Amino acid sequence: MKRSAIEPSGVPGKAAESGPLLRGREITQRWGGLIAVNQVSLEIARGSVHAVIGTNGAGKSTLVNILSGELAPTSGRVELMGQDVTGWSQPRRARAGLGRSYQRNTIYSSFSVLENCRLAAQARMPKPWAWWQDAQGCTHSTAAAHEAAERAGLAEVLDSKAGLLSHGQKRQLEIAMCLATAPQVLLLDEPLAGMGAEETERMLALLVDLKARHGILLVEHDMDAVFRVADCITVMVNGSVIASGTPDFVRQSPEVQVAYLGEQALEQI
Amino acid sequence: MSLTTFLIQCLNSLQYGLLLFLVASGLTLIFGIMGVINLAHGSFYMIGAYMAFALSPIVATTLGGGFFSVLMVGVVLAILLGYALEWIFYSYLYEREHLQQVLMTYGLILVFEELRSLLVGDDVHGVQAPEILSGTLPLGDLMTYPVYRIFISAVCMVLALGMYLVFTRTRLGMMIRAGSANREMVQSLGIDIQFLYRVVFAAGVALAAFAGMVAAPVSSVYPGMGGSVLIICFVVVVIGGIGSIRGALLAALLIGFVDTFGKVLLPQAAGVLVYVLMAVILLWKPDGLFKAG
Amino acid sequence: MKPKVVFVLASFVALALYPLVAASFGIDLITKVMIFSIVALSLELLVGGTGLVCFGQAAFFGIGAYVAVLLSPQDGPASVAWLLPAAMLAAAGYAMAVGALSLRTRGVYFIMVTLAFAQMAYYVVHDTPLGGGTDGIYLMMKPVLGERIDLDRPIILYFFTLFALILVFGFLSLLLRSRFGRALAGIRVNEQRMRATGFETYPYKLAAFTISGAIAGLGGFLFAVKDGFVNPELMSWHFSGSVLIMVILGGIGHLRGALIGAFAFAFLQEVFQSEAIFGAFAKHWHLGLGLAIIASVATLPNGLVGLPAQIRDRLIGRSSRRAQAEGMRG
Repeated sequence: MKRSAIEPSGVPGKAAESGPLLRGREITQRWGGLIAVNQVSLEIARGSVHAVIGTNGAGKSTLVNILSGELAPTSGRVELMGQDVTGWSQPRRARAGLGRSYQRNTIYSSFSVLENCRLAAQARMPKPWAWWQDAQGCTHSTAAAHEAAERAGLAEVLDSKAGLLSHGQKRQLEIAMCLATAPQVLLLDEPLAGMGAEETERMLALLVDLKARHGILLVEHDMDAVFRVADCITVMVNGSVIASGTPDFVRQSPEVQVAYLGEQALEQI
Repeated sequence: MSLTTFLIQCLNSLQYGLLLFLVASGLTLIFGIMGVINLAHGSFYMIGAYMAFALSPIVATTLGGGFFSVLMVGVVLAILLGYALEWIFYSYLYEREHLQQVLMTYGLILVFEELRSLLVGDDVHGVQAPEILSGTLPLGDLMTYPVYRIFISAVCMVLALGMYLVFTRTRLGMMIRAGSANREMVQSLGIDIQFLYRVVFAAGVALAAFAGMVAAPVSSVYPGMGGSVLIICFVVVVIGGIGSIRGALLAALLIGFVDTFGKVLLPQAAGVLVYVLMAVILLWKPDGLFKAG
Repeated sequence: MKPKVVFVLASFVALALYPLVAASFGIDLITKVMIFSIVALSLELLVGGTGLVCFGQAAFFGIGAYVAVLLSPQDGPASVAWLLPAAMLAAAGYAMAVGALSLRTRGVYFIMVTLAFAQMAYYVVHDTPLGGGTDGIYLMMKPVLGERIDLDRPIILYFFTLFALILVFGFLSLLLRSRFGRALAGIRVNEQRMRATGFETYPYKLAAFTISGAIAGLGGFLFAVKDGFVNPELMSWHFSGSVLIMVILGGIGHLRGALIGAFAFAFLQEVFQSEAIFGAFAKHWHLGLGLAIIASVATLPNGLVGLPAQIRDRLIGRSSRRAQAEGMRG
């Protein structure tokens, strides 16, 4: 059977490891007197979706930026497949298997959908800086791009200019670009942002499909969606974790109820 | 170097640095608040200097005044020029990309240079300092220091203090600081952003022109002066941090000292030292010494 | 064959045939414009190819020129085979040093810093004995290539320059289509996404900056050989500004834009400097040029390359759209 161009490959020994794909240990981010993230620990295992929810300003985006490598934490560690990557730059982590999508679109609007994915896939090729061959004739990255786009449901629009896609399609492309780099772990920052009902269904189906082969960290505001796909939920308020566990556990947790219902009760006044 | 010479060079550094600050503060404000990179800013300095030269006979005959009258007339003209320029030209630059702003203001430099050439010619001129300020102060036993240079430093310090008070104590200053930090927010708060921009721009032009006028008696008035001051101002802004007045002051003084002492101690490398300083600071702090504020 | 390829090939053919009809003045002028095209192409790699607005191209150009003159022996002609690479290497070296520092900055800072570093190079040749000061330095004997090719003869230099131009154009076409070139395009459009996918963006930008410097240095070498004379004005920031204008006038995002822009700019200069048209006013040709620059930037967002599409869109009544999807360049 032909091996997928974007199948997350790994050193055979690593694939057999039992630990989580991504682990954050007591991550803290302090800006002067303000503590944006307070001793947060979490784990993401292959085959699962770990959702992080919380009110605005709870520190979720900061946490994701620390995990992805865009921000250096004040203290704490980030481990990717058992390796301490806290000092690694974002590109280095990406090449090691940590993919990320953004809340706002970071697609290349002037390129075609296929080129978006191809360029993303190019990063992992042996000589991404090669200057003599025609890039678009490159079979490996093009194959990876096709696969990623198809898995993300964009097979119909491969040649369309990315800037002209619908909002839902752009969010799918955001994920496709992530997939094209053959990641082990996916950090998805509000992939459902701004989506209608039908697009949300499509995206959730994609997430379920993706979780089989990857580990996913999902930051989201859409509670229904979160409770449907997540295997584990961490709730953050003001930078700290107030509850973490299975969806049922979180739903019944008194701290969470106070944090959420307390706000809703205030709103009703 | 004797103590007196050292003192003289310190005073010179202070004077040069403060003048630079006056010009650079306009540049950094215009960029910080309106997001426009204005290559023609040096031209305003040049216009000020040439006004000091060209206006003195006119002011002498019509108003009967001397240097200080010329200064006042010049500032008023500069404010009017700034107001008009913002209205007919710069307001179209706000939403454009930096590259387009760079090129359009570069075209403006060429226009200003040629207009000056047509109106006043290309000769190098000197401007006389006013009588009361043309004396010297004794410094130690042997040296003296020109009163006029002290006047320049004093005037610049007064203006700097004035700017500080406006920024921190007045509503206008508050709006300017807010606009510098977050343009869209200020707009959505219903503040008349159009008016704010025009005021800031006119102030920037006036500051640069005033600096040119005040500096004219000590540095000659010559065609390429706009370009030279512009590039040094860029260095000030890069070192100080875009949008930061505090940074512009610190950077301008730093450059004043490095340049002045450099000319004395290492005359061969004098022109280059300022850029070496910039390179060193870039290695250490790529975003400048201060962020906007 | 695509129309733009035809256009480029036809241009080169026209340039090759031009000496048949031209006087010596024309040969000298077109050699100069071809040299400017080379420098404009080097800047297009940065501006259109990588999204780096560099205001310091004059420094790399000037260094290429000065090194060509400084390293030429006094007693006999140097060989192009080593003098040319030396000039390009020197320019590339300065570009790498400047790039290493400048690329740490973003956006507007980058523009200002590149301008400042170019000015630094200007002061080195202007103030120190190294550069011969404002008087400049003469190139005593022009270099030769092997037995036959003596660059002292204008017509030989013309074809040598044309050959260099074609090589540079071809090299950059290849480069921009390659993986490296696509990476640069990605950096231009969205550097954050490039980093998130696993590209270390700094080395790519630095490499592009260095290559650009080398090509501008090639232009400088040719210019020094053509005039037999270099002076600090070659490094003036006005020249940096002129090259930037050529690039935007022609149209960013297209290599042929650099060619078109260089020729258009030279044309504008000749027109505004022409006493036949402007009489005594021709002395103040900067005024016309300045107004033309403002007008063209304001009205031609996509440069002259985008003009046919702009006219077509306006005639058909659709609102103007930006230039076509990135991908093939040329």
